[in-house]
Amino acid sequence: MPKDYDVAVVGGGLLGSAIAWGLGRLGQSVAVLDEGDITKRASRANFALVWVQSKGLGMPAYTVWTVRASEAWGRLASELKQQTGLDVALQQNGGFHLTLGDDEFGQRTELVKRMHNQVGAADYKMEMLSASEVKKSLPLIGPEVSGGSYCPLDGHVNSLRTFRAFHTGFKAFGLDYFPERPVSAISKSGGEFRLATPKGELRAAKVVLAAGNANQTLAPMVGLTAPMLTAPMSPTRGQIVVTERTMPFLPHPLTTIRQTDEGTVMIGDSKEDELDDRVWKPSISGVMADRAQRMFPHLARLNVVRSWSGIRVMPQDGFPVYDQSETHPGAFVACCHSGVTLASNHAFEVARMVAQGALEPELVGAFSASRFGGAGAANNSGY
Amino acid sequence: MFKRSEQDKRPQVQIFVDGLAVAARQGDTVSAALLASGQDARRSTAVSGAPRLPYCMMGVCFDCLVTIDGVGNRQGCLVPVAEGMQIEIQKGKREIGR
Repeated sequence: MPKDYDVAVVGGGLLGSAIAWGLGRLGQSVAVLDEGDITKRASRANFALVWVQSKGLGMPAYTVWTVRASEAWGRLASELKQQTGLDVALQQNGGFHLTLGDDEFGQRTELVKRMHNQVGAADYKMEMLSASEVKKSLPLIGPEVSGGSYCPLDGHVNSLRTFRAFHTGFKAFGLDYFPERPVSAISKSGGEFRLATPKGELRAAKVVLAAGNANQTLAPMVGLTAPMLTAPMSPTRGQIVVTERTMPFLPHPLTTIRQTDEGTVMIGDSKEDELDDRVWKPSISGVMADRAQRMFPHLARLNVVRSWSGIRVMPQDGFPVYDQSETHPGAFVACCHSGVTLASNHAFEVARMVAQGALEPELVGAFSASRFGGAGAANNSGY
Repeated sequence: MFKRSEQDKRPQVQIFVDGLAVAARQGDTVSAALLASGQDARRSTAVSGAPRLPYCMMGVCFDCLVTIDGVGNRQGCLVPVAEGMQIEIQKGKREIGR
């Protein structure tokens, strides 16, 4: 790695890839340092929602940031298509969260009320619908569905193809991608950062830490913090069940069920206090599948072809962290749970601010890690 | 494409392929009966719609997917024929609820 770069992005997952692509788009020379294939690829296990409803209870700025991302996604999808020829199958025609029985309907109604009562949140038009109103949009719901919430800004995307499009795209912009380079140390001297990896040192004028849970150990090397929730304190693990492909039957994505552009049905998403993504519990997938078929009885006839568990990246209060170092100018940290939803903001806004050399407080000031002040807070992200 | 051996003396079993009567033999799998039927038994794949025929005949390749008695995506090479069985050549993805 002889060359010096404008920016070194540490982390080649969805968040690092989006920022790197955005930097390449602005003509920056960038190195992406990634780990190898046996690492916990948290961002590859995602559910692929571009989701607004229920995001930001306790932090109105997160609702604003999420709505902004949702609105910019169309531009991201079309730029990726134009550059790489890959159609990421973005669909944003509104999404549902369905409830089973009266208790769940009551709880969801309460949540929608609390969201609407927040001062300063963006208008995201979330509303509760009765079962008969839901049925107009989702005719195949079962008799146990008591209703649900709907938000017209919600949607979904083919997230693996998005991932591929970012990687294809940033290579086309001339970026260098280095796998098998876990960063063990970062120092700053002579106005540039030096990043130590098992395959040699890399130098760059700026560094962006986008390494998911590993940000926790990397951030202090450049005077930053990234407090993450990890098991057993938080529901970091989730399971997903995938069926064989079937004719399109689900015209809108749901929080827990979506049909991909190629016809498979994905069923999510458990929340378990565990961190080992090599373990999969059939009892949990069984509950998920049972709820899914109570929502859509037709699903009962489909065969399940895959199931997996994945690890969530989750900052301590559930909201994203974007920060810049005071002691090491030019060092940035970014981590969040919703790497798919926020990909457009990372590609356009965060990349632009990194290229300029400073985060803009009016856009991301609320997400500084200084909000933690040492102590952990309750998780209210509403993911 | 395929011709039955003249030494094959197994009793006949009548099945229906897209509504047309086809003479299979006792012990045939659905896939074998389709290949021997002389009819166009090509399904089309779920995403690209490419044509496919039964290939491995031993349950591995999933290229023989077919709708049997109203149930989609069944592996024809693993299901023995039965008198009166209704076979539909599956075009594209399985339908929800079938």
